[in-house]
Amino acid sequence: MDRIDARVLTISRLRPFRSSATTFGVLIGSGFRRYSTYRQATIAGSFTNIVFGFLRCYVLLAVVAGTGTQRAAGYDAEQLATYVWVGQGLLAVIGLWGWTELAERIRTGDIAADLLRPVAPVPAYLAADLGRALHAMLTRFGPPLLAGAVFFPLHVPSRWQTVPLFLLSVVLAVVICFGCRYVVNATAYWLHDARGPIMLWTLGAGVLGGLYFPLRLLPEWMTVTLWLGTPMPSLLQAPLDVIAERDPPGLQAGLVGVQACWAVLALSLAALVQRRAERKLVVQGG
Amino acid sequence: MIELQDLRKDFTVRVKAGRLRREKRVVTAVDGVSLRIDRGEMVGYIGPNGAGKSTTLKMLTGVLMPSAGEVSVCGLAPVPQRTRLALRIGVVFGQRSQLWWDLPLRESFALLRHIYRVPSADHEARLRRCRALLDLDAFLDTPVRQLSLGQRMRGELTAALLHGPEVLFLDEPTIGLDVVSKQAVRAFLAELGATGDVTLVLTTHDLADIERLCERLVVIDHGRVVHDGTIEALHERYGSRRTLVADLERPLPENFTLPGAVLTSVEAGRHRVTFALESAGAGAAVAGLVSAVGVRDLSLLEPDIEDVVARLYAGGGA
Repeated sequence: MDRIDARVLTISRLRPFRSSATTFGVLIGSGFRRYSTYRQATIAGSFTNIVFGFLRCYVLLAVVAGTGTQRAAGYDAEQLATYVWVGQGLLAVIGLWGWTELAERIRTGDIAADLLRPVAPVPAYLAADLGRALHAMLTRFGPPLLAGAVFFPLHVPSRWQTVPLFLLSVVLAVVICFGCRYVVNATAYWLHDARGPIMLWTLGAGVLGGLYFPLRLLPEWMTVTLWLGTPMPSLLQAPLDVIAERDPPGLQAGLVGVQACWAVLALSLAALVQRRAERKLVVQGG
Repeated sequence: MIELQDLRKDFTVRVKAGRLRREKRVVTAVDGVSLRIDRGEMVGYIGPNGAGKSTTLKMLTGVLMPSAGEVSVCGLAPVPQRTRLALRIGVVFGQRSQLWWDLPLRESFALLRHIYRVPSADHEARLRRCRALLDLDAFLDTPVRQLSLGQRMRGELTAALLHGPEVLFLDEPTIGLDVVSKQAVRAFLAELGATGDVTLVLTTHDLADIERLCERLVVIDHGRVVHDGTIEALHERYGSRRTLVADLERPLPENFTLPGAVLTSVEAGRHRVTFALESAGAGAAVAGLVSAVGVRDLSLLEPDIEDVVARLYAGGGA
């Protein structure tokens, strides 16, 4: 029988950046692969998104009709329909709800396995989440948008920069949302059970993110305060305003700029919380 | 390879004391453990539930911050240098999984290769050996969530070894496994230990694991080391003795004595007797028995480690 080779590895110090990028890329692939195994969930989720899309769309179109000016909060009817249907498509991409993996792993003590890997947890989870988002973009984004386009007139972007800006804005929204979810989940390090914070987050992200209604319906001072003071509008409202071309080009790009700042902040906060947690960490179970 | 100096871990727990009041109480899980484990050693680390085994292991692997004392594994300080240490150690927790629940083993392994940045050829070679020794081929493409416990554990062992660790920590690797899987895991670990390259630290409640694998046994109770040495030394220290069971030609006479042995039981109309041997050799006792009453059949039983350890635990390590 062959003997087991257990010599020490010599890790190539050459091009460490490239190899980090490869590891990150492979982790993205793993996130994609993990979500691609749940096909029925993907179909069921798309169906739900479409049903709720009709509900939301008719409500907002009624608001426009009610104003008598064909505009509400600076959107016309086509822009609002785009706002709703692109928003329904983005829900799963951004992953506003339902991610409790980290909190669960902390609660059960499985987090130990993550800590025993030679990669820091925040980048590793981020990569997996980007993979998840990529999978959702390819499977969950299209169906609601298609349904919306079939049943409602949608706003077609007229500026050349809108689509690239929108894609950038979506990536940033995914990163910000990941950072927030990570921090919310990480409260389990202290609380052992993060259900309370997660519920608060679910409620807050929906209301303040622009899902239940466009935040532009609020008084302007409140919208600006929310936008600059919290990451919430950068989650959903920002990419939707970009694609609906709600604002002039300067402000449109500015929204993405604000997102970039929040992305850096959210990731830094997640990393800080993780470092703090490791110092006091109690891995559950024997 | 591994050095502990006066390692301690205290946990603060809040205990209910009255309707609203909570009292803080300090519980010491590990209470000044000092150990030195050299390269290639296979060490069994045992103790009753709650003795501090897993806590020690968590501190050695860097997932738990010690309250006091020094730890060094592979020359690194586990908590501050955790990610560097992770490249050089392998860990298997019998009650946790390091595999990806949704992915087949094959993909989990490929992912681990990138996470640990193992050169492709090394990865292939190690995986090939594990596949052969642990019989993985039948379920390499099954998602981990559908594997049986025995299959998953074989996957876990492979996952812990693919990056060629210098130290392997195993926390109850055979827990819940059936006899065949247990034997497969033990045989694999014995093979691994025989190379002398891997240092192996094993915690378990199954003493057969220890007898099969470890020359050195560290017993911990209430956070303190109560024994550190070979299994033989443990037997010697606690006076466990071999027993001689004999079927006799004629019934054993009353007040019969054998030199160097103590009669412990008499059965079957004084035809079957059991003696506890006090000396190392059984020759004198056997000869005495044969000449006095004649022996039809006899067997010599090795001392049972379970008994010794049970006595050790019950006595609080005294």
